[in-house]
Amino acid sequence: MNRQIHLNINGEEKSVYIRNADTLLTALREQLGLTGAKPGCENGDCGACTVIIEGMPQKSCIMLAVEGIGKQITTIEGLNNTPIQQAFLEKWAFQCGYCTSGFIMNCHALMEKHPDAEDVVVENWLQSNICRCTSYQEIKEAIHSVLSKNS
Amino acid sequence: MDVIGKSIPRIEAEDKVTGRAKYTADFSSPGMLHAKLLTSPHAHARIVKIDTTEAKKAPGVRAIVTGQDIPIRVGPHIQGRPLLAIEKVRHHGEPVALVVADSEYQAKAACKMIKVEYEAIPMVLSAADALKVNPSLVHPNLASYSKDNKVHPEINTNVANRTKIRKGSMEDGWKQSEIIVESSFFFPQSDHAAMETRCATAEIFPNGVVEILTASQAPYDVKKLIHDHFFVPLEKVHVKVPLVGGGFGGKAAVQLELLAYIASRAVNGKKVKLANSREEDFMTSPTHIGLDAKVKMGATKTGQIMAAEITFYFIGGAYSDEGVDISKAAALNCTGPYKIDNVWCDSLCLFTNHTYATSFRGYAHIELTFPIERTIDLMAQKLQMDPIDFRLKNVIRPGDTTPSCAELTQSNIGDVFQCLNRAKALIHWEEGQKTVVENERIKVKGVSCFWKTSTSSTNASSGAVITFNKDGSINLSCGVVEIGQGTKTTLAQILAQRFKMDMGKIHVMMDVNTEVNPEHWKTVASSSTYMVGNAVLRAAEDAIQQICRLASSVLLCNPEDIDVAEGKAYLKSNPKKSLYLKDLVHGYQYQNGNAIGGQVIGRGSFIMRHLTHIDPSTGKGIPGPSWTVGAQAVEVIFDPKTYTYELKKAVSVIDLGKVLNLMGATGQVMGGMSMGLGFATREGFTYNGEGQVLDTQFRTYKMMRYGEQPEYVVEFIETPQIDGPYGARGVGEHGTIGIAPALANALSLAVEVPLNKLPLTPETIWQTKRGESNDSL
Repeated sequence: MNRQIHLNINGEEKSVYIRNADTLLTALREQLGLTGAKPGCENGDCGACTVIIEGMPQKSCIMLAVEGIGKQITTIEGLNNTPIQQAFLEKWAFQCGYCTSGFIMNCHALMEKHPDAEDVVVENWLQSNICRCTSYQEIKEAIHSVLSKNS
Repeated sequence: MDVIGKSIPRIEAEDKVTGRAKYTADFSSPGMLHAKLLTSPHAHARIVKIDTTEAKKAPGVRAIVTGQDIPIRVGPHIQGRPLLAIEKVRHHGEPVALVVADSEYQAKAACKMIKVEYEAIPMVLSAADALKVNPSLVHPNLASYSKDNKVHPEINTNVANRTKIRKGSMEDGWKQSEIIVESSFFFPQSDHAAMETRCATAEIFPNGVVEILTASQAPYDVKKLIHDHFFVPLEKVHVKVPLVGGGFGGKAAVQLELLAYIASRAVNGKKVKLANSREEDFMTSPTHIGLDAKVKMGATKTGQIMAAEITFYFIGGAYSDEGVDISKAAALNCTGPYKIDNVWCDSLCLFTNHTYATSFRGYAHIELTFPIERTIDLMAQKLQMDPIDFRLKNVIRPGDTTPSCAELTQSNIGDVFQCLNRAKALIHWEEGQKTVVENERIKVKGVSCFWKTSTSSTNASSGAVITFNKDGSINLSCGVVEIGQGTKTTLAQILAQRFKMDMGKIHVMMDVNTEVNPEHWKTVASSSTYMVGNAVLRAAEDAIQQICRLASSVLLCNPEDIDVAEGKAYLKSNPKKSLYLKDLVHGYQYQNGNAIGGQVIGRGSFIMRHLTHIDPSTGKGIPGPSWTVGAQAVEVIFDPKTYTYELKKAVSVIDLGKVLNLMGATGQVMGGMSMGLGFATREGFTYNGEGQVLDTQFRTYKMMRYGEQPEYVVEFIETPQIDGPYGARGVGEHGTIGIAPALANALSLAVEVPLNKLPLTPETIWQTKRGESNDSL
């Protein structure tokens, strides 16, 4: 019942065998070994599985793998030395690290899309992710340090 | 070279920001099977019949296990919990059957094909239900369970444990009290809600070796339990723990590991993974305990507290797990950080038909601090004293004793007085506790104090081993799990400081493997830095002695003449005369080829000292090595029209003995405050009339989200703990402890009604203001 599809992930064309019912998150983790996107709720509530699709952050747990066909998919493994990763490091914006990939992907898309985003926009975007360890103050400092650098 | 106190970034940071950090569920292998649990839809029901015929025929199914296949009961203090329900279910979400299949979706589909017939039994859904005359019994067979002799369940009741504190004379205390305050307090069960749900895989090899990979704070407990319950020799149980995605106490309980073992055993030892969904993590795996409490406190007119009578009714859920020990810890520290000479406390852990509770960040202290700090404010109000002045007058100090009569010294307790004064300044108390701001909104401030000790096993121990690479760099092996608290970074700092070596030269093995790492009791109770840090210092000392001995033969002097720094062993009197560590730590070789010495391997260990068991009739005893103390303050703006409020500022001042990593410690405290605010403002399970948990997803179980946070301010006081590494005390849990009462104190002032029930939602505040019942008892 599995079928082969092609997905463009982090700039590379990848063939994966999936069930039609598989979510993108499952395909990434179990077929491609890209485990940076995490299951936290598998219900779209927590954002730990966030990836970037065509420039927009998406929760890969509520998207089917087949919906990713023909789209540019970026996962945390596709980011290398970006300003937001550096900012997360410098501002101690994580502890256990489980929500971090999702937060970074969301922040990265935000700064690409709205490099001079105001507080309210940042809040709107980042409220879709949950971090249980930090106080969010650290994440706020991280995203703002990058936004101000950009503007 | 000084690294103590510096904000050294966590050593696993790069892996975490690149998505390369691996957690338990990230590991899979071809052919690995998957297990899924069928759980109970009922809170309390007899199992009449389980029919697995159809499910067994479902595609991909390799095995199905039910309770009657595993007739054992487990539990850290009272062994009353079956791995899969036997005869009856005791809470919504309790595992009833386990299906092993080729893939998770097949296991899930087969679960739905299992037919279970239930017969309802009257439910126990509150402390009042549990305590009524002739109650429905959650455990009618309580007397038949094995238990350790430190818990005191009451047979034919729902009381799982009772701890008594009898200190001083209540008669004298009340006689000397000129004012008395009496109140009740409540909060429901809630959840740890770590972002990583619990997960375990198990594999049994033909030679009998059992390999468990798990998201656990207590790998050595997992090892012991596999041995105890399944008779696998200890040396054959290997438990591995990679990075853990948040613990908060919830992953110190052992549950999925035993089920994964059962699952693997059912398929001839093949590797099986069992991962919780978020829903299962909420209702099947253990939660944060709930509480009903009554406090009566008396003081003189001048504000000296003379007596406290405290009753805790912990809502422990269906099985005792750590609930019974949490209720004990609450009794032993029941007054909070105040000097009270006459104390009576009965702390009960009750069996109820809720998901069972286990340790939660703060271990009884977050729970006891809410009723106590609310009562302190009510006392101050009745005395017409400033709540901070009233606290300052009564804070506990070295020379005083705790409710369990443990003596406090300059070393084992921090300075509450100084913490509170500093918090007072940081929250700008002088502006006034209550002021009206724009749009008739009210700005209010509340404070609280807290203390916490670790309530560990009296013989809890830790070990550390250091080995050297041929370039002189160091490897550290220990049993602490990295759950986000950053202990492994701190341990590297401790080691770097002792060797006066660059942090980059220290490698700490990140994953835990019980096969190779020396045991650490468990990664709980803010005690890892204290325990393992001491073991690491001893390992360093041991290695340095070996290095100095060897270097002394080469440099023709005594070992005492030599010290170690910057990758060298040098003559103290002439540091230019030195040897590189790299030329010593794998043996020293002379020019002619002769070699002496050998590999340097440093060993260190630590065991708790002077802790005692607790006297069952008076509660006397020493529960922990030290009390970290602190003061917290919250400022909110309350809107009397809508009963909504905005969190403006939250302050913590904590005496942690010595700051080892400033940003690390600050982050722990800020994160703790955030969790405390979640618990105070919105979290808590609600149940329907059938005892079913209603909030099993993050869209109904609300958590703090980005942008809702106030401004956080954290400061530290440093009163050294003499036997802590470089004087440090634990600080992982403490930010969480006093936030809820500080908020409730502020909001009570705003609405002019005592708010003694959590969470403080606009709805509950409005209900209380309208005079609806505040207590469930």
